[in-house]
Amino acid sequence: MSVDTSTWVTKKGLAQMLKGGVIMDVVTADHARIAEDAGAVAVMALERVPADIRAAGGVARMSDPSMIEGIMAAVSIPVMAKARIGHFVEAQVLEALGVDYIDESEVLTPADEQNHIDKHAFKVPFVCGCRDLGEALRRIAEGAAMIRTKGEAGTGNIVEAVRQLRAVTGEIRRLASMRDDELFVAAKGLQAPLELVRQVARDERLPVVDFVAGGISTPSDAALVMQLGAEGVFVGSGIFKSDDPARMANAIVQATTHFDDPKIIAEVSKGLGAPMRGIELGAIPEGERLAVRGW
Amino acid sequence: MRIGVLALQGAFREHLDVFRGLGLEAVPVRLPSDLAGLSALVLPGGESTTMRRLIERWGLRGPILEMARQGAPIFGTCAGMILLSKEIVDGEEPVLPLLDVSVKRNAFGRQLDSFEADLQVPMLGDAPVHGVFIRAPVIDRVGDGVDVLARLDDGRVVAVRERNVVATAFHPELAGEARFHRVIATMAGAFDEPGEGAGRRRHPTRRAAAR
Repeated sequence: MSVDTSTWVTKKGLAQMLKGGVIMDVVTADHARIAEDAGAVAVMALERVPADIRAAGGVARMSDPSMIEGIMAAVSIPVMAKARIGHFVEAQVLEALGVDYIDESEVLTPADEQNHIDKHAFKVPFVCGCRDLGEALRRIAEGAAMIRTKGEAGTGNIVEAVRQLRAVTGEIRRLASMRDDELFVAAKGLQAPLELVRQVARDERLPVVDFVAGGISTPSDAALVMQLGAEGVFVGSGIFKSDDPARMANAIVQATTHFDDPKIIAEVSKGLGAPMRGIELGAIPEGERLAVRGW
Repeated sequence: MRIGVLALQGAFREHLDVFRGLGLEAVPVRLPSDLAGLSALVLPGGESTTMRRLIERWGLRGPILEMARQGAPIFGTCAGMILLSKEIVDGEEPVLPLLDVSVKRNAFGRQLDSFEADLQVPMLGDAPVHGVFIRAPVIDRVGDGVDVLARLDDGRVVAVRERNVVATAFHPELAGEARFHRVIATMAGAFDEPGEGAGRRRHPTRRAAAR
């Protein structure tokens, strides 16, 4: 019997197993256990949630390996960790630690202004952010096995996530309506490989699982993006910056499963305490926007 | 015939697609009311810890066990197999203890140890089954009433059947493999309409009352 490990099918397949679920940012092993108990499908191990990274300023880097290992030891669900855009050595370190997924993330300070990581070169699968379909397909061409829209991390404001998700799904519908001979120009416009553009036009969906990140802070936010076509959600600051993280985490899990049942969303939204405070996008100087990192 | 796929979380769309590709009606199941009138139920891959909580929260446990007790076929893949096992190594409480087996979660390690391999499954004929194992479980102990359907080369058990319950540690729905789904559909047909030779044909009116 021949056995092949870390194939494209297994890389992409783990993301398929996470669908319909909530991936939660955690900064300690205790947080990770709270997330797992609340029903998270995976946790993202990092030193500071995006809201704190935003507040602290300076250069944000990969987390301390001992902290990531502590979280891997604390829970049985998959553990993800972030590397800087283009920082393939941070990715090598995370692979050596044995994390289950690497997020090449705009939340950290980019290490390369031209190139993303060559993700085909790794055995561990990668998730990457995007703002539109072209960016998603460029990341998939580089080997990303899962995509998430970026939103605007650490703001508690869903507006960017909605804009980007609508951009991706709208562009997919546009491709699906095209004649084959129109896809060449479409691929040029998207700055994406023709083969991937053809595949999206045919299947009417991305070739990998597509989650939403950046700004989800209530159960209704999660259900909103699920109804708009997201396959699952990342919640960063929205849980551990709320009044009652365990309850908020559980409520967002329930609302993600029952995203099209308003009665259940109403039920789980009762008495959660205050969500994270949030920031109006207009109040963020252009230079401090995270979503524009990556290209 | 209508086949349900538990759609709390995980790879449920893939199972729905396989059944629909066979020309069968398949529907997602999220609440106990969704189970009414189903001929079979699939528990898909995903995170078993998440599904366990959602099954308990929405009161699905009792109705699924009752459906199985009546003889409806139940098919679990990966996390679904964990949910169906009577015993989970390392002490977690069982969820839907319908298979007399002991299951070990993440038995091969973390994601870097996920793999694909061809398996012999005699029940499905000579052509091998392409098994996709993702952070997969494995069966440690098999009870007397349980048939082993497939093993790895090292002898570890990765597919079983006990009466109307079938489970695999791998994902046929990710590999374009429809033979398990055909078997489940055949069992579902026999559950709906026990035919000649089934030896347990019930009177049609009694059957309607029982469902």
